[in-house]
Amino acid sequence: MSSGDKYLWGAYLVVLLAVLVWVAIIALKLQRLERELGEIVELARRG
Amino acid sequence: MLALVLLGAGVGLALLWAPEDADQGATQRIFYLHVPVALTAYAMLGWGAWKALRLLWTREERYDLASYTGVHIGLIFALLTLATGSIWARASWGVWWDWRERQLVVFLILFLFYSAYFMLRYSLEPGGARGRISAVYALVGVVLIPVSFLAVRLADQFLHPTPLIRRGGPDIEAGMLFTFGVCFAGMLALGATLYANELTGKRLDARLRELREVLT
Repeated sequence: MSSGDKYLWGAYLVVLLAVLVWVAIIALKLQRLERELGEIVELARRG
Repeated sequence: MLALVLLGAGVGLALLWAPEDADQGATQRIFYLHVPVALTAYAMLGWGAWKALRLLWTREERYDLASYTGVHIGLIFALLTLATGSIWARASWGVWWDWRERQLVVFLILFLFYSAYFMLRYSLEPGGARGRISAVYALVGVVLIPVSFLAVRLADQFLHPTPLIRRGGPDIEAGMLFTFGVCFAGMLALGATLYANELTGKRLDARLRELREVLT
């Protein structure tokens, strides 16, 4: 692999990594929202 | 889904099909990523400013979250623009950054300006005043977008590549322009998907907080 190829793949990997991080953040956020919704449902049942 | 298909096709075309540049070789293919990412950053920051204008115009609170999300996603794309641009600069010019390049410095100023948006926003108490002050800041920053865009178009004598479309027509080969078009459409679709998801998440978060306050 030439030096130019390394930079080329590096640039594409940076963007791919950013998209993967975003997917992971969204997944974590969904988990948190689901947990909070469960807590609110519990509060509503008790109240 | 559309973003995935367009981006997949765009990356495939960029890496496997588009003709190789005679001058830069393989590293020129970073162009298909870097320029669409930069244009999407402008589009998202511009969208955030548009929603800020709507907030100031109509005083409807719902535009605050939309403006904030536009700036948020725009800033992520701006950071990616700096990262991919820096890699391309290292491959083409031998340096990661060149302070003499006005286009680079203007884009960095744009990035730092919108980074400060978050500091301003979170230094204020939540409420209508925070939304309005943040909206004014987002609107002021939008002036930097045409400055940054024009800096690339006007600076023919610098190292940074010149625009691909001029008054006389496209300045690049048809295959390259087509690949760029697919990549740009894909990146815009990705930006729109990110924006829609982020906004839905933020709205849901706010609603849940309201509901909890009502119940406790």
